[in-house]
Amino acid sequence: MKAVRRFFKSFLFFELLLGLRLTGRYLLSRKFTVQYPDEKTPMSPRFRGLHALRRYPNGEERCIACKLCEAVCPALAITIDSEERADGTRRTTRYDIDLFKCIFCGFCEEACPVDSIVETHIFEYHFENRGEQIMTKDKLLAIGDRFEKEIAQARAVDAPYR
Amino acid sequence: MFDWMMNLYQGLPTIMQILIGIQLIVIPLMLAVAYTTFAERKVIGYAHVRVGPNRVGPRGWLQPIADALKLLTKEVILPTNANRFLFLSAPVLTIAPALAAWAVVPFFDGGALADVNAGLLYLLALTSLGVYGIIIAGWASNSKYALLGSLRSAAQLVSYEIAMGFALVGVLMAAGTLNVGGIIEAQSGSIYHWFLLPLLPLFFVYFISGIAETNRAPFDVAEGESEIVAGFHVEYSGMAFAVFFLAEYANMILISALTAILFLGGWLSPFQGILPAGAFELPVIGALLDHGIHWFLFKTAIFLFAFLWFRATFPRYRYDQIMRLGWKVLIPVTIVWLFVEGVLVAFNVGPWFA
Repeated sequence: MKAVRRFFKSFLFFELLLGLRLTGRYLLSRKFTVQYPDEKTPMSPRFRGLHALRRYPNGEERCIACKLCEAVCPALAITIDSEERADGTRRTTRYDIDLFKCIFCGFCEEACPVDSIVETHIFEYHFENRGEQIMTKDKLLAIGDRFEKEIAQARAVDAPYR
Repeated sequence: MFDWMMNLYQGLPTIMQILIGIQLIVIPLMLAVAYTTFAERKVIGYAHVRVGPNRVGPRGWLQPIADALKLLTKEVILPTNANRFLFLSAPVLTIAPALAAWAVVPFFDGGALADVNAGLLYLLALTSLGVYGIIIAGWASNSKYALLGSLRSAAQLVSYEIAMGFALVGVLMAAGTLNVGGIIEAQSGSIYHWFLLPLLPLFFVYFISGIAETNRAPFDVAEGESEIVAGFHVEYSGMAFAVFFLAEYANMILISALTAILFLGGWLSPFQGILPAGAFELPVIGALLDHGIHWFLFKTAIFLFAFLWFRATFPRYRYDQIMRLGWKVLIPVTIVWLFVEGVLVAFNVGPWFA
């Protein structure tokens, strides 16, 4: 009896039709592909993109070369050199992040006592030459200057949950 | 307008008539092939809940043109130790039968390039010739993957050729003629006179072996991306590869068209014999309801869509499963149905219209 049922099932394409019905249903279903450059998905204020170094409103850089970020970095992507300035404060002479090593975990931002190193919402960037992946202090400060408004806003939105 | 053009056409020397006829078939066919690739990517994309190509031109309509331009500008690489002559003649040998078979296809009443009396035999011969291109491509490439692919495809095509031939014998018995136009004439009357219902098993056998013949999913072991890279055309690039691609899609369209002709009455209207005769006299709708090339194209499009739908649905058959299906299922089914049909024809029973 079972054999007879199987015989008719296979000759009437029963299972093939089930499969066709399934793909047919998906064929007609609504597509939710995001047309990326034209449409973008909403982004969390905690988004961890390209790094930036921030400044105080008076223009002084926040970073005090405590090297906590360098210590916490699991990928060893951060390299810091420091010196004492004429006014007695300690500042970095070199602050490099190798973006090929960086895993964008955000630990540096969490470790920072002065909210200097931050990860911004920028994720659309590329390198065209070898060596460009090293984000130097100048580049990081430039990003911080350019996007300070967005960075501060994202921090303000997220502040109640910190 | 149409009559005036027909008169002009009739006045031309025969060779010019044939050349114009070839252009009228091959150019739309190549365009159809280009847009079948586009349709395939769209249909499979939609089945995957994606949208498919939509960046080139409005809604992606220029995608096949961009693809063709890209392939045209690419280099044709000749592998070391490949047989140069055979390597380059294989794509030609594949596409030539795929295009030549269209000569006997009637697009509308009397609309075939060559009204050959043994049209069905011609089709059977040419559709089986395509396998030589594949075998030669595999051998001339001097590559193990290519050779494996062509061996698989040779065995598969030989097996399915038999079932396909038997299915055609069934059509032949019901129509009583080998002329393709005559086969369509034999199906005229009404939708119930089409060979679809009386020859239903043969219809399925024909379409399944047609899919196998064109090396399409789920019978695409000759290409088998996950097993042997790309099968017989691994070593091909640029336009040589594009020609294989054209041949595959031209064959798909051909098999769809033949299924429409042999079992669904080609250019016959499904409303014939159902609607009152007055319906065909109506100004615009009448012409649409009446017989014509649009019904042929519509029926072909249905089967072409089925090809794409199957590709999106079914996983590839294992090699031994293909052989089992071909030899132990399809061939016995055709033989049984041919016997039933033969008995019914001999005793004049049932719906045999000849």
